[in-house]
Amino acid sequence: MESSGFIESEKGDGYERGDEVSHIERYEIRIAGFGGQGVVTIGRILGEAFTLYEGKNSVNTQSYGPESRGGACKSEVVVSDGEIRYPNVRKADVLIALSQVALEAYIADLKEGGILLLDPNSIKNMPDRHKYQVYEVPALEIAHDIGGARFQNSVALGALYPQIAHIINESSLLRAISENVPVETVEINIEAFKRGMSYVKRDEGK
Amino acid sequence: MSKEMKANNTNKRLHNVHLLKPGEYYLQGSQACIEGAIMAGCRVYGGYPITPASEIMEYASRRLPQVGGRFIQMEDEIASASLLIGASWGGAKALTATSSPGFSLMQEAISIAIMSETPMVIIDVQRPGPGQGYITASQEDVMQARWGHHGEGSIIALAPSSVQEMFDMTIEAFNLSEQWRTPVLVMAEEPVAHMRERLLIPPWNEIEIIDRKKPQDLGIMPENYLPWGHDIVAPMANWGEGYSVNFVALVHLEDGNITKYSPQMHYDCIERLFRKIEGNVNEIARIETKFLEGCKNLVICYGCVARTAMEAVIEARKEGGLDVGYLRLITLWPFPQERLRDIVGNVNTILVPEMNLGMMKHPITEALRDRFQKIVSIPSLGVLHSPEYILSKIYEEIR
Repeated sequence: MESSGFIESEKGDGYERGDEVSHIERYEIRIAGFGGQGVVTIGRILGEAFTLYEGKNSVNTQSYGPESRGGACKSEVVVSDGEIRYPNVRKADVLIALSQVALEAYIADLKEGGILLLDPNSIKNMPDRHKYQVYEVPALEIAHDIGGARFQNSVALGALYPQIAHIINESSLLRAISENVPVETVEINIEAFKRGMSYVKRDEGK
Repeated sequence: MSKEMKANNTNKRLHNVHLLKPGEYYLQGSQACIEGAIMAGCRVYGGYPITPASEIMEYASRRLPQVGGRFIQMEDEIASASLLIGASWGGAKALTATSSPGFSLMQEAISIAIMSETPMVIIDVQRPGPGQGYITASQEDVMQARWGHHGEGSIIALAPSSVQEMFDMTIEAFNLSEQWRTPVLVMAEEPVAHMRERLLIPPWNEIEIIDRKKPQDLGIMPENYLPWGHDIVAPMANWGEGYSVNFVALVHLEDGNITKYSPQMHYDCIERLFRKIEGNVNEIARIETKFLEGCKNLVICYGCVARTAMEAVIEARKEGGLDVGYLRLITLWPFPQERLRDIVGNVNTILVPEMNLGMMKHPITEALRDRFQKIVSIPSLGVLHSPEYILSKIYEEIR
């Protein structure tokens, strides 16, 4: 998933909000992996969905250092119905780990019982399954199946959605995806989102 | 917009259809400040890229041409800042953005702009130094902002702490620069420049835009025009408007004469540059306070550190039951000494978290030189303080 970059000036007029969702004091989502996996884009999509389409407050930050494609990369979204002062994650409610390095770096900051979503094909040492709610989603494999590695972030986002459905509507995320990916890839990104979502739901049924 | 800004905009600069419409956006601080600049009437951007300020330039390169403005990549930061001087004297509102090493290079032009009373705005997304230092968060240029230029005179510097303030305070910076005919600095930091948050664009007619006073607006005829006279802030004639435009960065008389030198003329010329800003500190400088009533301990902060500080103050009050107040410097320079003295009358301990080793602690200490407050620095280098860190210092000092 790539960024379409520029925000059109026509986007500014009030937004239709989705269905009523739960009130939240502070909810912290961290996405980590390698540069090029779309980590920053998921953060932006989540942040925009929460803020513009749910009417909540959110701050989206990203790792900033001498990293580049292939280097370690993370993106964070802090969501609240109140004011967000400290903009970074303190104790994450959600960690999406798309690489072994990312998992090792950030697992310590995940709340006990927090949501851990990972791609088992890129993780060598699995964390303690009893401590967290672990969702294993082969995002890269699914992405390859439908069009290429660059859709793995949308697969991961789709797999995350059922776990955060109490605070966000699917329609908000789909709209944010449409607004933040190149026009020609909107459909395939939405397909990737749906595949990720049905994968975890199938998993739950077992 | 801040509440104290009144709605008296004439809309004359706001006819362009490519301005952001009123409403909600989800933007980076780097984008919000360019939208603020455009809203304020800025139509010239000259710059040279540097991490972590490059996103501002990149966005400017897309947006300025869309609103009929000029975007020019210069050969370096010296040329970028100099370009603002030329553009401003041509009648434009002009902007550049840089980061600390580039800010050092701009100091000569800033000094010339102070002396020639040139309205212009520079955004410094500070990075740690000295030297190339690193590319992350920093507040290490707050002293350079005030004292980096050679010579006397003063400066106006603002410290935004959110995406919304990157928009609002860039407009405020242009307004102040036009009102006081002086360069104005927006001292941002990496977190504020790169974070994304909601940006609310108010109805255009609620945004106050201040334009420089011109002699023709005041009924001053060309033959009577004193380029450096008439008022504490002289009306500014721009090139091509029929007035004798006098650009001078040497000590000068009201009519621009530089040859009839005397110590008195020197004093009058330079002292006015100082007084027009320092003498109007109460009009220019803004502070924000919370939990001040009867507080014995006070956290003084600015920029994005203020967000962490507020988080820590609230927790210290709620969980620690401590009596801690909060004061944010929205304007760093001119420094509101007198107001600070009034506010901290009964305070025992002052804590100053900063992303440097204690720079703004100096003017605070100077303002309170004859008092007995304990003033403690909470330093951090290269990274935004965590609430836990500030909280631990509060407990250490107060409990």
